[in-house]
Amino acid sequence: MEHLLPEKFEDYAEGRKKGFLKMKKVKDEGKNVVGYFCTFAPLEIFDAGGILSVSLCGMSDETIADAETELPKNLCPLIKSSYGFALTEKCPYTYFADMIIGESTCDGKKKMYERLGKLKDVYMMQIPQGIDRPYAKPLMANEIKLLVKKTEEKFGVKITDDDLRKAAVKRNEYRRACLELMELQHAVPAPVPSVQLYKFLDSIKFNFDLESAIQSVHELVAKIKEENATNPDEKRILVTGCPIGGVLDKVVGSIEKNNGRVVCFENCSGIKPMRCFVDTENPDIYDAFADAYLKIGCAVMSPNIHRFENIPNLVREFKAEGVLDVTLQGCHPYMIESRALQEKCNEINVPYMNLETDYSHSDDGQIDTRIAAFLETI
Amino acid sequence: MYYLGIDMGSTSTKVIVLNENKEIHYKKVVPTGWNCLDTANGILEELKNNGIERDDFKCVATGYGRISVPYMDKTITEISCHGKGACYLFNEKNFTVIDIGGQDTKVIEIENGAVKNFNMNDKCSAGTGKFLEIMANTLGVDINSLCELARSSKNHISISSMCTVFAESEVVSLIGRGTSKEDIAYGVVDSITNKVRGQMGKITGTNNVVRLTGGLCEIPFILDSLSEKLGTEVKSDPLGRYAGALGASLFACNIK
Ligand code: SF4
Ligand code: SF4
Repeated sequence: MEHLLPEKFEDYAEGRKKGFLKMKKVKDEGKNVVGYFCTFAPLEIFDAGGILSVSLCGMSDETIADAETELPKNLCPLIKSSYGFALTEKCPYTYFADMIIGESTCDGKKKMYERLGKLKDVYMMQIPQGIDRPYAKPLMANEIKLLVKKTEEKFGVKITDDDLRKAAVKRNEYRRACLELMELQHAVPAPVPSVQLYKFLDSIKFNFDLESAIQSVHELVAKIKEENATNPDEKRILVTGCPIGGVLDKVVGSIEKNNGRVVCFENCSGIKPMRCFVDTENPDIYDAFADAYLKIGCAVMSPNIHRFENIPNLVREFKAEGVLDVTLQGCHPYMIESRALQEKCNEINVPYMNLETDYSHSDDGQIDTRIAAFLETI
Repeated sequence: MYYLGIDMGSTSTKVIVLNENKEIHYKKVVPTGWNCLDTANGILEELKNNGIERDDFKCVATGYGRISVPYMDKTITEISCHGKGACYLFNEKNFTVIDIGGQDTKVIEIENGAVKNFNMNDKCSAGTGKFLEIMANTLGVDINSLCELARSSKNHISISSMCTVFAESEVVSLIGRGTSKEDIAYGVVDSITNKVRGQMGKITGTNNVVRLTGGLCEIPFILDSLSEKLGTEVKSDPLGRYAGALGASLFACNIK
């Protein structure tokens, strides 16, 4: 079946046109595509059903003004940007997605998904947030079951437990590969350049072929091991907080420029979801999924047990000399949690700084000064 | 050898020259103006007129214009410089420095003479010198008189707008309603010191020793209002606005 391009396609820049043509080809070949926003989306389901999955998080301020024609201004830029891309048909992945998974995380996203439902086929997945409750796990397992059912119906496929188990084995392998890359930063000095590390981890999510994605991680690991050229004076920083793809150059670029190195990204796209392995030996695969995914230490959880357990361990493990907590303007969950994290860092005696920013460039200078000052104090 | 510290802020540039004995040999405040480079070169000229040539000094530049000083040996952020300068100025080792600047307000927690923690206001001018300047303009007075007016306010009002532009229209409508200048002035100062109090709260340390630096540090009512809000006497020093430049010049002493 031939798929249509957006009306404004001819006005798009070359890179964007290419992206659209690539996705059109994928669709014309009869592949199904599911979009998701959050690390809570159990991608194994789509792997098992032979469906491509792609992250739709908006990372640029290009479409924020468009989004603000419908959404309130004081929302986090990730939400506005994501919605803006759907509204303007500027993102090939959103545009060609047959179904979009909306995970019930923060309120802003949840309500944005309702609006998005007017533009696309959005399926809401209800993530339990009281992870200390005994019913949290069965609830999550049930949600995953429902998502499997929805996927089967929508795409006319059959997904067995066995398919899911196989997919989980593969995803675990992918997680392990990514961890191997991230754990290279254990070394002093840490060998992987900060911006490069994050960019790689972010971009690899757009590789539809898991096998080749794993391969490219292995290749990068081998290459880094060979190069081994680093600067021993760099300050070792752990970055945590909101997803930072949209502020990467501003924040992580500035860390690099000021003689720092990110030894661990605790964010989504970083290590946060990667250690949440699915126990493929568990006779109940849904229980195994629920177990794994509820370990993601996201600030929408209350209490957010895992983040506060993990960060002190990660600080030790990666020998971090400072914790930089990056929060996007308007993100209440992470902004409020920053206080508790500051207290935690005081407790374990590691310098901490919170940095609030958005996708614009208006605060580039201020952010740079703050980061430089933070690194000076370490 | 001399040690030159230049603190190029958004409104004014502060210059300190130390001699070999780390005593202040020369000091000056000049408006930063539009072109940081011109300002920096003007300072070099001035120093020449005072018999100090480029080869006679080491220079550390700080402040938002720090990279625009072509002859600096090193740049260090205003946080570190303020911390260093304030330790020297106040002869303290464990205390909190508040610096109300033209473009940003900083709260710096010092422990054992080193910066432990700091906070800078977000990307707007609420709670900064700029805010005060704009409000003073709206009231048709200068900053000093605004603060003195505030002291004689009978009905304490509060300005609720956080944004300078909105606050300005709030002030205009208060004037329209016949609210006295004194009361409005009180509301303006109150809004700044409240903002600073919020920033202090973001620093978790519990320091009772608080010192004020920056351009507003010599205004008695600002000190009084801060002392009241923070529940501890906030002190300053006539050289308070030079804290950043002083710290920079002290750092310059370490340059080989
Ligand atoms: S930070 Fe939380 S809500 Fe945001 S993508 Fe990660 S898991 Fe999802
Ligand atoms: S960054 Fe915060 S506000 Fe934005 S989508 Fe994630 S949890 Fe929600």
